[in-house]
Amino acid sequence: MVWAIVKAVVVFSWALVTVLYITLLERKESALIQDRIGANRAEVLGLRLNGFFQPFADALKMFFKEDYIPPFVDRPFYMLAPLFALVFALVPVGAIPLADSVKIGERVVSLSVIGSNVGVVLVLSLLSLGIYGVILGGYGSRNKYGLVGGMRATAQVISYEVALGLSLIGVLLVFPSLDLNEIVHMQNRYILGGWVPRWGIFLQPLAAVLFLIAGMAENKRVPFDLPEGESEIIGYFLEYSGMKFGMFFVADFVEVLLLAALFTTFFLGGYNPPYLFPDGFHFPWGGSWLLSPVWVRVVQFITFNIKLWIMVWFLLLVRWTYPRYRYDQLMDLGWKNLVPLSIVNIIITAGIMAVIK
Amino acid sequence: MRLFWEAVKGLRVTARHLLRNLWKFSLYYVGLSKDKGVVTLEYPEERRETFPRVRLRHRLLRREDGRLRCVACFLCATACPARCIYIEAEEDPDHPLEKKPRQFVIDLGKCAYCGFCVEACPEDALRMDLHIPELAEYNRDDLLYDIEKLTKP
Ligand code: SF4
Ligand code: SF4
Repeated sequence: MVWAIVKAVVVFSWALVTVLYITLLERKESALIQDRIGANRAEVLGLRLNGFFQPFADALKMFFKEDYIPPFVDRPFYMLAPLFALVFALVPVGAIPLADSVKIGERVVSLSVIGSNVGVVLVLSLLSLGIYGVILGGYGSRNKYGLVGGMRATAQVISYEVALGLSLIGVLLVFPSLDLNEIVHMQNRYILGGWVPRWGIFLQPLAAVLFLIAGMAENKRVPFDLPEGESEIIGYFLEYSGMKFGMFFVADFVEVLLLAALFTTFFLGGYNPPYLFPDGFHFPWGGSWLLSPVWVRVVQFITFNIKLWIMVWFLLLVRWTYPRYRYDQLMDLGWKNLVPLSIVNIIITAGIMAVIK
Repeated sequence: MRLFWEAVKGLRVTARHLLRNLWKFSLYYVGLSKDKGVVTLEYPEERRETFPRVRLRHRLLRREDGRLRCVACFLCATACPARCIYIEAEEDPDHPLEKKPRQFVIDLGKCAYCGFCVEACPEDALRMDLHIPELAEYNRDDLLYDIEKLTKP
């Protein structure tokens, strides 16, 4: 119990700090892509560090803004929506293994908050629950544009959920386990004479692309940001202000973090850098560098963060590259391309597995 | 499939911008190069050169002996399309043949920065060559510029 609380506090504060800096990365990266500098004015004790403190300034601003509740809203739904959005985005983060589990005496303590052996199902189901925040927000704010945004989001997320799940089936065929930690373990073997790690992205490249696209669509960010549609309908958080809007906003970035973390776990070998084994590095060219278990965990955590940030960087790059899809194009892409392709992927994978066995 | 490659091409363009600007700006930030790589001017510290002909805030000129050049002829007030110049004339006690303005107020909140007043002035008493673009006040009344403010920018 105590352990669970400690883990929860540590992991979620890690997640929130990471999310804060994802917002900074988003501002900086978009700025540089557009030949600008980006926010660099926030100052603490005369130190600017080119915007290092900006996320905290943003957070403070969000906290102290007036939280106006329009008189016409459906109060219970209106109040619940941001909570739902944030909680169901944040909880799955707890299922991601940040490093290998530790043996303390007899007990095996996993280094994720929810060390569940059905992590994949858990994450997927919580992800789809997150849509309740959006639909309640749209419905509860009693605003036509909000409702339209909520409906769009629901349709989009439900249809991409299918592609997301199906693309994962291929991965689960190759790594037959629902335990995220176990999946990471299974990716730490090596093929082609021990040089190339058995990462999901090498064994299931098609699934990786499909998962990434479907995940971005789940995220509801550009190029799939029809639910928000800043230029026409603003979307489901139209009537929100202050910290309630802030919660939707943070939930958005938590989903970015979650998608990057899931992609890392399924396709990039999770927390394991190449050639790291439970007792240290063993390189294919012969050398080895032994580490104590604690140091192995530290290296794993750092590796996880590096991979995570690379993925976040890529997701933001995508976000700042493409224009928005039209609604029918979005549905076409989901149902007519991603779903068939992921089914083809499952068939091919299953066929190859059968032949190998 | 073709669409997919086009998408990748798009990513390449943005990534190129990102990496080039990141590299150049990092060098600039640690002081290794003068080239910023980005187009941003960090405004209060850096400003763009104004063009010599630019029409910005007005000023009233003085003669060599320190009197205002303005003789309160009202030509500028007449020429002003925004009707934002208010002049009250009085006799100049030291120079019985001349008038001088008792009050000369330009409401910069109304001014259109057309420069007609400068063109109209027969005495070259009014110019718009201060090159000060900042003109923000909390109060509209603070935008009424009288002789005091117009002579001492
Ligand atoms: S610049 Fe034009 S609008 Fe402004 S005071 Fe002169 S004449 Fe009037
Ligand atoms: S036109 Fe020139 S001299 Fe005449 S009132 Fe205006 S500023 Fe004074």
